Amino acid sequence: MNVDDDTLYDDSGNETSGDDVDFVIDVDNASNKELHSYDDEYQYEVLSTDDIVQHMVDCIKEVNTVVQIPLTTTRILLNYFNWDKEKLMERFFDGNQDDLFKEAHVINPFKKVNAVKPKISNKLLGTEECDICFMVFPPTQMTGLECGHRFCYQCWNEYLTTKIMEEGVGQTIACAAHNCPILVDDQTAMRLLKDPRVKLKYQHLITNSFVECNRLLRWCPSPDCSFAIKVSYVEAKPVACRCGHVFCFACGENWHDPVRCGLLKKWQKKCDDDSETSNWIAANTKECPKCNATIEKDGGCNHMICKNQNCKADFCWVCLGPWEPHGSSWYNCNRYDEDEAKAARDAQEKSRAALQRYLFYCNRYMNHMQSLRFEHKLYASVKDKMEEMQQHNMSWIEVQFLKKAVDILCQCRQTLMYTYVFAYYLKKNNQSVIFEDNQKDLERATELLSEYLERDITQENLIDIKQKVQDKYRYCDGRRMALLDHVHEGYEKDWWVYSE
Amino acid sequence: MAGLSPSERRLQKELMSLVKEPPPGVSVDPDIAERNLLQGAAGTLYEGERFQLQFKFSNKYPFDSPEVTFVGQNIPIHPHVYSNGHICLSILTDDWSPALSVQSVCLSIMSMLSSCKEKQRPPDNAFYVKTCNKNPKKTKWWYHDDSV
Ligand SMILES: [Zn+2]
Ligand SMILES: [Zn+2]
Ligand SMILES: [Zn+2]
Ligand SMILES: [Zn+2]
Ligand SMILES: [Zn+2]
Ligand SMILES: [Zn+2]
Repeated sequence: MNVDDDTLYDDSGNETSGDDVDFVIDVDNASNKELHSYDDEYQYEVLSTDDIVQHMVDCIKEVNTVVQIPLTTTRILLNYFNWDKEKLMERFFDGNQDDLFKEAHVINPFKKVNAVKPKISNKLLGTEECDICFMVFPPTQMTGLECGHRFCYQCWNEYLTTKIMEEGVGQTIACAAHNCPILVDDQTAMRLLKDPRVKLKYQHLITNSFVECNRLLRWCPSPDCSFAIKVSYVEAKPVACRCGHVFCFACGENWHDPVRCGLLKKWQKKCDDDSETSNWIAANTKECPKCNATIEKDGGCNHMICKNQNCKADFCWVCLGPWEPHGSSWYNCNRYDEDEAKAARDAQEKSRAALQRYLFYCNRYMNHMQSLRFEHKLYASVKDKMEEMQQHNMSWIEVQFLKKAVDILCQCRQTLMYTYVFAYYLKKNNQSVIFEDNQKDLERATELLSEYLERDITQENLIDIKQKVQDKYRYCDGRRMALLDHVHEGYEKDWWVYSE
Repeated sequence: MAGLSPSERRLQKELMSLVKEPPPGVSVDPDIAERNLLQGAAGTLYEGERFQLQFKFSNKYPFDSPEVTFVGQNIPIHPHVYSNGHICLSILTDDWSPALSVQSVCLSIMSMLSSCKEKQRPPDNAFYVKTCNKNPKKTKWWYHDDSV
């Protein structure tokens, strides 16, 4: 966004008049709009920062054709309703309008305003005193909002700059007068601000709150990317940003088919909580049979005392039974088969089994994630191979199959990664067995393709290799589709039952 | 007043008008410019008492609010005044406006004292005084009911 370009907002409007101040942004709308869809009917647009501003203006204008109040007032009202047009219309036409304007902190444009009279410091000259710097100015150097509180331009600039830069406030900067709730609209802010850096920050704050409050918009979560995605209804579907990042519109995570947003969130929370788990399972530890705290045996004695200060249970390292009945048979546990000790060991086994199970899924999930992180390396090495092949009389177009193979490999890894989250929560039934078979097939096919791509394939018969690689990636893609289709069918037919 | 920054210039003017025509019950010590004396208004719980307010200003004043605390021997016993002199008053932080001044802060604090019906410390006084930052502006105030 070009901040020096003040025509983004109309500069000539006199905001104290209450007249309709128009936004002047002329972007050729029709030619700019480009609908995308990633892998099915779900359509979306990718918006640049300028497009976002344009979209905001369009939203305001659309509402304005119906409500017919100043554009600025409409913006503040829309923002108050999180850019939900319907909600605004409903309140506007069905409720008490005066209350509505009061709640949203704007002056009711249908009412004659009782603006505060300017403080005339010299009746003859008509000069006014600024209540912030206590200096006297001619009226042309004083300005303010509809409420009538007037301050000098210099003080307005300082005031807005402090709010924007120090406090990070954009949409909700109130008039500088004490206890005056009237909000500063964006044309006024842009007109009064001097420093282009502050203007830029201000526009970021405005667009950011527009995107964040708007259910149908989402920033691309990729770091340093400033595009946003616009949809016409919210659904957990993949969207691809112009920067290349593909993510789920509903939750903002990397596209995670076949697992659904809620379950993925639960999994991620579990992973965060359990990050110490792998250390925890070290061979020489057992859990206290009473409180399950981890106990490390650091000496030869079998009499263990739990280090958890709230527990301090006495137990036997060998049988995990309570220590007391062991009496003085210090190093020799002969109670291994007694009921109490058995129950304690069973409980421990159970908790270990649950942990082992979690680790099984977690490891596979992490492995695929790890491999995906090396994807750029693979692309680089494949690029080398493609260049080499072109020197062996293959055309550029003929060697594209290698890039395609890496694309598919990455897609398969990503799908596999999320299948382990899905599988972790899945309760066993006939369909889950089929799912696990599909998962195994895809896993095997993916590893074969991966190995094949890493081999030195340039020395062999190129035509032959092309055929083999294509066969392999087509097979992978087919297995991936089969797995996803099966899971989707299960969603429709309610096959999937989750544990926890 | 050449050479003064806008914030110094404004403070100079504020000081001059406070010395020349102080509002009733307020006097300023021009030597220690940032200290104001408050006198308990007649007919209130604080009749006859004298309090000292300390104002500290940053170079961003008046866009940045002043740091205002009671100092000296006599800290008023009031549900919004902690025994270390910190004052729980929204215009000193969240509701500060650059159009407010030393005078308007003094008047707000006077009216806060005048409307008090029972002399007591805030209920969380002991804990707050032990744990708070020296600068009351660093406190995330949870404003008490303003009618007290
Ligand atoms: Zn001014
Ligand atoms: Zn105002
Ligand atoms: Zn992006
Ligand atoms: Zn999602
Ligand atoms: Zn224990
Ligand atoms: Zn034992």
